[in-house]
Amino acid sequence: MKTFEELFEILKNKFNEEEDISTHKEGNEDVILIAAPKINLVATFLKNEPELNFDSLILLTGVDDENGEKTTNEDGSFDLSGGTLSVYYHLESTSLKHKLILKTSVPRENPVCPSVALVWRGSDWHEREAYDLIGIIFDGHPNLSRILMPYDWEFGHPLRKDYKNPEFYNGMKVPY
Amino acid sequence: MNQVFDLPNFLLILLYAVVPLLFIIPFALMAVFFERKISAWIQNRIGPNRTGYWGLLQTTADILKLMQKEDIVASGADKKLFLLAPMLVFMGSYAAYAALPFSSIYIGTNINLGVLYMVAISGFVVAGIIFAGWASDNKYSIMGSMRSASQLISYEIPTLFVIISIFAVTQELNLKDISEMQTANILNWGIFGYAGLGFKRILLIPALFVLMIILFISTLAETNRTPFDLPEAESELVAGFHTEYSGMKFALFFLSEYANMFAVSALVASLFLGGYQSPFGYLGDLLNLPWLVPLEQVFWFLLKGLLLVGVQMWMRWSLPRLRIDQLMKVCWKYLIPIGFVCFIYITIIMYV
Amino acid sequence: MTNIIESKLKTDEMVLNMGPQHPSTHGVLRVELKLDGEKIVKADSHIGYLHRCFEKHCEAMTYPQIIPYVDRMDYLAAMSNELGYVLAVEKLLKIEIPERVEYIRVIMAEFQRIASHLVALGTFGLDTGAFTPFLYTFRDREKILTLFELTCGARLLYNYIWVGGVSHDLHPDFIRLAKEFIEYFRPKVVELNELLTYNKIFIERTANIGVLPPELAINYGVSGPSLRGSGVKWDIRREDPYSIYDMFEFDIPVGEGLAGTTGDCWDRYYVRILEMEQSLRILEQALDQIPEGDVSAAVPKRVKPIDGISYARVENPKGELGYFIISKGGLQPFRVKVRPPSFVNLSVFSEIAKGHMVADVVAILGSLDIVLGEIDR
Repeated sequence: MKTFEELFEILKNKFNEEEDISTHKEGNEDVILIAAPKINLVATFLKNEPELNFDSLILLTGVDDENGEKTTNEDGSFDLSGGTLSVYYHLESTSLKHKLILKTSVPRENPVCPSVALVWRGSDWHEREAYDLIGIIFDGHPNLSRILMPYDWEFGHPLRKDYKNPEFYNGMKVPY
Repeated sequence: MNQVFDLPNFLLILLYAVVPLLFIIPFALMAVFFERKISAWIQNRIGPNRTGYWGLLQTTADILKLMQKEDIVASGADKKLFLLAPMLVFMGSYAAYAALPFSSIYIGTNINLGVLYMVAISGFVVAGIIFAGWASDNKYSIMGSMRSASQLISYEIPTLFVIISIFAVTQELNLKDISEMQTANILNWGIFGYAGLGFKRILLIPALFVLMIILFISTLAETNRTPFDLPEAESELVAGFHTEYSGMKFALFFLSEYANMFAVSALVASLFLGGYQSPFGYLGDLLNLPWLVPLEQVFWFLLKGLLLVGVQMWMRWSLPRLRIDQLMKVCWKYLIPIGFVCFIYITIIMYV
Repeated sequence: MTNIIESKLKTDEMVLNMGPQHPSTHGVLRVELKLDGEKIVKADSHIGYLHRCFEKHCEAMTYPQIIPYVDRMDYLAAMSNELGYVLAVEKLLKIEIPERVEYIRVIMAEFQRIASHLVALGTFGLDTGAFTPFLYTFRDREKILTLFELTCGARLLYNYIWVGGVSHDLHPDFIRLAKEFIEYFRPKVVELNELLTYNKIFIERTANIGVLPPELAINYGVSGPSLRGSGVKWDIRREDPYSIYDMFEFDIPVGEGLAGTTGDCWDRYYVRILEMEQSLRILEQALDQIPEGDVSAAVPKRVKPIDGISYARVENPKGELGYFIISKGGLQPFRVKVRPPSFVNLSVFSEIAKGHMVADVVAILGSLDIVLGEIDR
């Protein structure tokens, strides 16, 4: 059982570049920010280090941060450009009983993030869902395909804040 | 065939042939009704109770509905075989009734290989089921019919072991003669070693008892009833070989299942439970009314058959289903060796 | 000899689509099976047929408005769903909950656990071909639903647990009826055991089938009875107590491989039976200790949490149900993400179904106890 500060110290000492890893407080929760390219290394370390032993990924969440430049269209909808998409990782160690939240952000224009599906296999479907609904591309995922939306859905990723419904899907009218 | 065709004789044959049909259809209707009532009693429910008094007309209403339904043939289906399959299945079940002795004066055809005939004719059912599965052009149907074929063929072997064991004891393959041997006395029934064998009977009883259990289990498997209802395993194969059937064709499958249930129960009853014989003498003999005896025999025959059908229903609503490999294991690893040992044991007792 | 046969017979794998309409995929799941005869070479599950954009809806609704939608995720355990969501919002709001409300929530959640397990056990029996246990369990579940109806007027989707409180106080007869139910239900568990659990055919069908090793289960994030069936003593009620679960005495049953290997279908099934008994224990304690009080004192007029994130999790009947809420200070959440236990539990399915037979697919799916409503959201 380790506190957040201890966990951060260990990570800090291991990955000591200043810009790659930092803490951040969001409301009541402490989050460790990690640069996207490093996430796979950090994940492998967290899982395999005996004193950390994060053996379970509880949840992987993709978020559209809506922090880019907003251009409003005539009909009230808007487009976003720039800004970031984020991924939250909720980790837990079932043997040592400590928890940790990691966060990483990727640019909206090129949302590529290394996959952790080979570290925690449970993240397989979570990553597919984040890809499907937010559009984050997980590099190295064994089977990155749509999961909740139809396989032939080609109108974007619905949980993005600037998502617009298509008029027709396979000849069926979508807005009702 | 040295008989010359003459009309009265033909009508007589037709009359003989129609009698089982007159039994099968009302029986199937009532059996379906009671299956639902019994399942309701077992499961804390009331069961059908709206159509007619106590829900008695429920199945009649269902049949009327089935007759009105559109006769759907899937476009990918092989139409000829698709049409032939339910008829073949029903024919197989119906033909089995020819050898059943309902009483000492009524039996469809008194052929001397009656038991073997019944086993052989059930081959029609296998063919019908395979036709149905193949012609439906549906993967679930094919899997159901493949399961059914392997199951029916496997379970004929323990059935035959039982039959040759009975043959070793009674030296008869005619169901009527076997029934006659088990006189109107419960202690002379097949399960208690048949009449007229003296002290050997005591030694035979355990083997015969085991054989009856084997026969009952394998007949359950041959009629595709739980726990052997894999061909139509609802939770796996939707409805198995009759997934694509609707309307009257489906009703024929249904009818033949229930007809079959009674036929195999009657076979068990004829071989082991005295057939049409009363367990304790006849009222007709007592009152000196000879015409009453055959009627009483029909009553006892139906009673025994229906009781066994009831046991089949009871089992269906209490047991889970086996898996295909376990089904085969039960047959090849348990029933066949045990049946074989019983056969050897009986032949040693009888002929050494 | 075998070589000759093999060279002459050309065999091929058959693709069988099980679902989305199939009697025993527990909803609209499609399992794509590659079969070699009856053996499974590969099993892929395809989900999304019940996707109704829950998470997108949440971004356009106020916090209390979301509660009815939460009901519709795991529709067999709506109370537990509400509890998890409400805890996540309350974590952002930092409000104190009256003690009576906590007790009511625990009572409802435990009744819901029994009701959900009864459906799971009954349908599992149905999947293995035993029809009767299904009706027995539904008979008993009906009584629990009647208790819920007495409390909040609804039988399936309650909208009962609100942020800061519950919608109605308990009915005056509730505690008496609840205690009567506990008395009534204890022998029924024994009855179910006799009818199904120790049935030889049932054990043959489920023991040593779909064995889920504990390491694999943890790596996949499997939770709930499916994880405990593998012998891992992990229960959120004990590991990360929420509400007032730390006040009650109860055991955490784990699979021990009594019928076969630890972590097989039978173990997952049996853990549920044992868990129902533990739920009865919690209920007895809670019903005895419940204090008087006002149930809507802490319900806020306007739910407007601070900026921040919160993750709250509860031990749903199916496993760990988590809600991850990102608030940007408005009346509506910025993002709501659900961790549905069935979603994670189902992802392990294709791993453990390999090499089994078609009939086992049904048994494994039944033992994982999935509800498509929360998988697809």
